[in-house]
Amino acid sequence: MNEIELLNWARGPGLAYATAIMFFGLSIRVIEILSLGRPEELAEVRDSGVRDGWLMILKRSLPEVRHWKYITASYIFHIGLLVVIFFFIPHTHLFRDVFGIFWGGWPNYIIDFFTVLSIAGMLYTLVARFYDPARRILSKMSDYLAWLVTFLPLVTGYMAFHRLGLDYTTMLAVHILSVELLMIAIPISKLTHVVTFTMARWYTGSNQGRRGVRS
Amino acid sequence: MTNKNNLLAGELERLGISRRTFLKFCTSIGSVMALSPAQAAVMAEKLVTVKRQSVIWLSFQECTGCTESITRSHKPSLESLIFDFVSLDYHHTLQAASGHAAEQAREQAMHDNQGKYILIVDGSIPIKDDGVYSTIAGMTNLDMLQQVAKDAAAIVAVGSCATFGGLPKASPNPTGAVSVSDIVHDKPIINIPGCPPIPVVMTGVLAHVLTFGIPELDSMGRPKAFYGDSIHDRCYRRPYYDRGQFAKSFDDEGARKGWCLYELGCKGPITHNACATVKWNNGTSFPIQSGHGCLGCSEPDFWDAGGFYKALSTGTNSPGQWATAALAAGAAAGLASAYLNKSSKADAEKDHQPVTLEDMGGKS
Repeated sequence: MNEIELLNWARGPGLAYATAIMFFGLSIRVIEILSLGRPEELAEVRDSGVRDGWLMILKRSLPEVRHWKYITASYIFHIGLLVVIFFFIPHTHLFRDVFGIFWGGWPNYIIDFFTVLSIAGMLYTLVARFYDPARRILSKMSDYLAWLVTFLPLVTGYMAFHRLGLDYTTMLAVHILSVELLMIAIPISKLTHVVTFTMARWYTGSNQGRRGVRS
Repeated sequence: MTNKNNLLAGELERLGISRRTFLKFCTSIGSVMALSPAQAAVMAEKLVTVKRQSVIWLSFQECTGCTESITRSHKPSLESLIFDFVSLDYHHTLQAASGHAAEQAREQAMHDNQGKYILIVDGSIPIKDDGVYSTIAGMTNLDMLQQVAKDAAAIVAVGSCATFGGLPKASPNPTGAVSVSDIVHDKPIINIPGCPPIPVVMTGVLAHVLTFGIPELDSMGRPKAFYGDSIHDRCYRRPYYDRGQFAKSFDDEGARKGWCLYELGCKGPITHNACATVKWNNGTSFPIQSGHGCLGCSEPDFWDAGGFYKALSTGTNSPGQWATAALAAGAAAGLASAYLNKSSKADAEKDHQPVTLEDMGGKS
């Protein structure tokens, strides 16, 4: 298999399979979670919990002074990743192709800036995870793997754009394949939080609200 | 003593080509192949003293575009010099002989220059159903290639069909088309892909073979001198790509300003060829300069690499349809799973037998 065949596979069957696995997996997981419903309230319900649900989504998204370095790095990496994924012009064409919606992209130098920020942020979270005793004890292999499959698309994309390492065709193929690995990992790992984080926060907040605890 | 008439020196004299014109040819070939000026002079020296090279040109599943590209490049044609020099002993389109006489010319050339002739192939080779889909003089292309390749000094595969299977190999490949290198494994093969290839690339490679031997090739057997860079790397519109300035349609303001054609499907970033530097029609222009994206014709399977007008970053197998189908299937599976969970919960509740204190051996 030469590099063009690899790229054609990544853009063709590879992308189709990864897309199918990701959407199938996310769809089944979200519906299963929703179908679980709530446990029966044994005490009198004090509030609908809607307000506290929304508040919790907001509150858990706000930065905290505690562990500010780690949280800032996480912020930078998450925001950077979202910018890179959704606003790099070639990516916007992929989304238009899949969803039929086009929102235009941002200039390459902005994307480049956010890519470097994201990479730096991710590296900091890894180092912090490794050197902080509490985080190290709590971290399992799956946590490091989740980090890796998120990190690879960023680095390979950056390398492909700047013509670093392998030749562009191979690097582009490797980048797309790494994204496909991430897409497959999303529904089967903690990375499912890309869709469940709002659900989980709302559930926690509204549960507390129903029991009279303000978010 | 070598007869001067058999040498290029004699041929040049006969054609009335001045030494100056010939040196110009060698210098232009040398410069496009990135040879040093000294090497261009060596090439000129060597070319005038080498014997007329026997060339057998086999055309298989092709459209004659490659031959058209080379023979009708421009006039007066420096490229045509090389054709005036080589002894083109067999070429369907160009030779005067036909039928048995043509085949006899091929066999004669093979016999007289055993182990020394250069075999040029354009067109892919159909191998499905014993190769019946393309025959010449009752012989399948597969048989003819194997027969002629056996005693060739080197093989030059011209055009994307001969190098990678090209258009005939496009899905679903009804004739089982393959490339020359899929069949011949024991001879040096130089691949000159393109649909068609650039004339000067073809003549440059031939001049190099005649003087310095086989040029340095990349992993796909293409001469690095011409295929070392991508179109994108050498494209004059590259700064627009780097700045993120893209034409959105073929007649918008961006297109008029000459912005990058990436969003309109240009495959320049993954295509290796010399179009952006050597250009076409005597260095006049090339597709991107004329306002159309690169189709990627000098790369394998360019016909099956998604639409010509879809950006390189998009998928080729309608991922949108896969996403919709997967969402629906996932939803159905999720609902089925939810139903199973609920029914097993209901069963558990139904089968639940309360444990009384008596059951545990206590007294009521």
